[in-house]
Amino acid sequence: MEHEAVHGLEALAPIVATPAAWLRWVPLLPLLGAMWNAALGKRLQARLGKRAVHVVAVGVMTAAFAVAVVAFSTMLGLEPEARFLEDSVWTAAVADPLRIDLGFALDPLGMAMVLVVTGIGTLIHVFSIGYMHEEPAYWRYFAYLNLFAAAMLTLVMADNLALIFFGWEGVGLASYLLIGFWWRDRDKAAAGMKAFVVNRIGDFGFLAGLLILFWLLAGAWGTGTAPGSAGPTLNWRELRDQIALPGTGVAEHLQAVRLLGLPALGLVGMLLFVGAMGKSAQLPLHVWLPDAMAGPTPVSALIHAATMVTAGVYLVARLDFVYALSPTAMGWVALVGGLTACFAATIGFVQTDIKKVLAYSTVSQLGFMFVGVGVGAFWAGAYHLVTHAFFKAALFLGSGSVIMACHHEQDMRRMGGLGKVMPVTRWTYLVATWAIAGFPVASGFYSKDEILWKAFTARHLELMGVPVPWLGPAIWAACLVAATGTSFYMFRSYYMTFTGSYRGAVGGHGEHDAHGSGHGSAEDHGHGHQGPRESPLSMTAVLVALAAGAVLASFLGLPAVWTGHEPALERWLAPSLTAGHSVPFTEFPHALEIAFQGLGVLAATVGWLGARALYAEGRSHAPEALKARFAGAWSFVNQAWRVDALYDRVVVRPSVALARGLSRFDGVVIDGAVNAAGAIGRFLGRLDAAIDAHVVDGLVDGVATVTRRAGGQLRRLQTGRIQTYLYGALGGALLVVLLDFLVP
Amino acid sequence: MISLVHFLVVGGLLFTLGLVTVATRRNAVGVLMGVELILNGANVNFVAFGRYGPAATTGQVFALFVILLAAAEAAVGLAIVLAIFQTARTIDVRQADLLRE
Repeated sequence: MEHEAVHGLEALAPIVATPAAWLRWVPLLPLLGAMWNAALGKRLQARLGKRAVHVVAVGVMTAAFAVAVVAFSTMLGLEPEARFLEDSVWTAAVADPLRIDLGFALDPLGMAMVLVVTGIGTLIHVFSIGYMHEEPAYWRYFAYLNLFAAAMLTLVMADNLALIFFGWEGVGLASYLLIGFWWRDRDKAAAGMKAFVVNRIGDFGFLAGLLILFWLLAGAWGTGTAPGSAGPTLNWRELRDQIALPGTGVAEHLQAVRLLGLPALGLVGMLLFVGAMGKSAQLPLHVWLPDAMAGPTPVSALIHAATMVTAGVYLVARLDFVYALSPTAMGWVALVGGLTACFAATIGFVQTDIKKVLAYSTVSQLGFMFVGVGVGAFWAGAYHLVTHAFFKAALFLGSGSVIMACHHEQDMRRMGGLGKVMPVTRWTYLVATWAIAGFPVASGFYSKDEILWKAFTARHLELMGVPVPWLGPAIWAACLVAATGTSFYMFRSYYMTFTGSYRGAVGGHGEHDAHGSGHGSAEDHGHGHQGPRESPLSMTAVLVALAAGAVLASFLGLPAVWTGHEPALERWLAPSLTAGHSVPFTEFPHALEIAFQGLGVLAATVGWLGARALYAEGRSHAPEALKARFAGAWSFVNQAWRVDALYDRVVVRPSVALARGLSRFDGVVIDGAVNAAGAIGRFLGRLDAAIDAHVVDGLVDGVATVTRRAGGQLRRLQTGRIQTYLYGALGGALLVVLLDFLVP
Repeated sequence: MISLVHFLVVGGLLFTLGLVTVATRRNAVGVLMGVELILNGANVNFVAFGRYGPAATTGQVFALFVILLAAAEAAVGLAIVLAIFQTARTIDVRQADLLRE
């Protein structure tokens, strides 16, 4: 450990960026794929079949993965400290001192994420071909999936926080679209909206943290600017160079500033973490993730397990230099992570929907990741992110395979015995379960135990500025309980799904018949499509690849106490996560670390044996008995601790009531005013029309009438008789003569 | 002694009789005769003013022109009356109202 610290401090220097103008293609290719399928997919699908759609979608993902691999090999050719590829496309906005570039950057951390997103993303695209083959809106599905990949890659590769936020919102949009993919089902559309709205709350924290950090650097609120500061920036490379490098004075300045009675940096870290809480489904913003299972299962695997939900972890790791300066923020992150890990694990015990089990498991595992990055073991958090991406994707896709085999039945009580008919799904599911439970050989053990060990050795955490030395060990204890629970509920889902006899609804319903007599059990799966069958090769091949990844990822992080040198992934990430070296973990003897690893395995074993005793082969009656015995507690936990009910009462209903009230105000007062104005206008219009019709028209008509009548009368004067005219002439002459006399 | 006034009175009488004839006669020929009376009433005045006025012969010359004019007028007038008669089989001026409205 000592040599790492020394190595880290010595190596800290401004990042040297290597230009790589082709980096943009990584997010651009999926974006082009999304646009292609969105614009032409429907017609192509109708004319050429579904093949035309997925060839493009999978093709662009594979191409993006290929570019990522090229970037990886380029990076391998560089010195570790110089592993920073940059591609500034254009400057999107300038409002001095703010400048927002559309620029992409890759450092070792981003590289790891990009490889996960494009690699696992490609696999899940391939899996979707089989899973979605009956879907009429096939083209729409793949357009959304490509859109998600583009947004996620933008998030991961953005070289500034504004663009990260753009990608952050982009993945939120794609997530919304895909959760509500079957939007004709009101519940599913509502689940999409819920995810979106809950994420908005987190986004508020993200933005607030971002802006406060920016303003702090700009010297707002009379805090003054740091003497060595090069000015505020959103570019995280420049931020890191300002804050993390010794001698700039920016770090000291930021640590000294207080806002609202709190250390300003702690506030920034906590607010940014609120954003991460929303995106990564941490307490108390976790409520959307279980509902997000309404989306197609490959979506759950890609977005709601492997990639998007880890964006919060990525954000904290990306800003490690900010968090490392603020023990308060770190304590907050670790505490929330630990609580979430424990909380979500308990809910997993009683869920019967296989996807819900996995959803709560994801929430719990994200908690582990936050414990890792929270206590300062940034690489361990990132490592758990990578291993989790593999085994959770394998689990979700395995569940997808099962769900498809059972004709879209998700309730594990109506499964069972599938291991015999679906060997590939069963074995890959078992391997992934093995990994998530934390048994050695599979990768989950290495990442989880590294996190647990770091949590135990963390004595530097603070809460609201108060040092809490026992927080680290307390979180460790909570996580150990959560790990036991993880092992329990994952093996429970495995046993309920793959062992025992099939309880599915071929004939009747066996919902409460936990030990059903086996309608359509393994023997009669052959006739027609009634019984469950193994999924097609495009799906099983992906499962095998992911399960293999879940095992092989363990080589990335073999612990230092075993091998004597730092794990490969830690060495790889070291140039990115420089702040990790300055975190003061307490030193303990190696023997103790190995003992703690033994404890981790013990926890997993306890969970496994418990699940085996209760659920293996569907033999035991104990689960039903326990459920009946603790019915109240069971239903409380089954309803996810009634958090949703609480939110419904505290947030949703008041909001809806407020909205109704405002709507009524709108309807009565504002509409009334508008309608009154309209009525007055209409009245004036009528009045005007009446004046027109009667006065003006009357005048005009009057002139016409008088003229016509006068003409009618005067025409009689023309008699045609010469003598009458003569009388007129004589009369006129007489008149002139008379006038000559009368008028002097 | 016969003075200018006597002549004017005779001229005025002739004019008035002619006017009454034109205004009251229903026979078109009678009306034409009334017109002759009016013209000759004027002729008497011309000659009288010529005799008593400063320019010696002007009145007489004017009277000669009027006689000429009257002849022409009578010719045209009688031609019209003839035409009316041929059309309407009457020479009653009250019947000849084709030009009424």
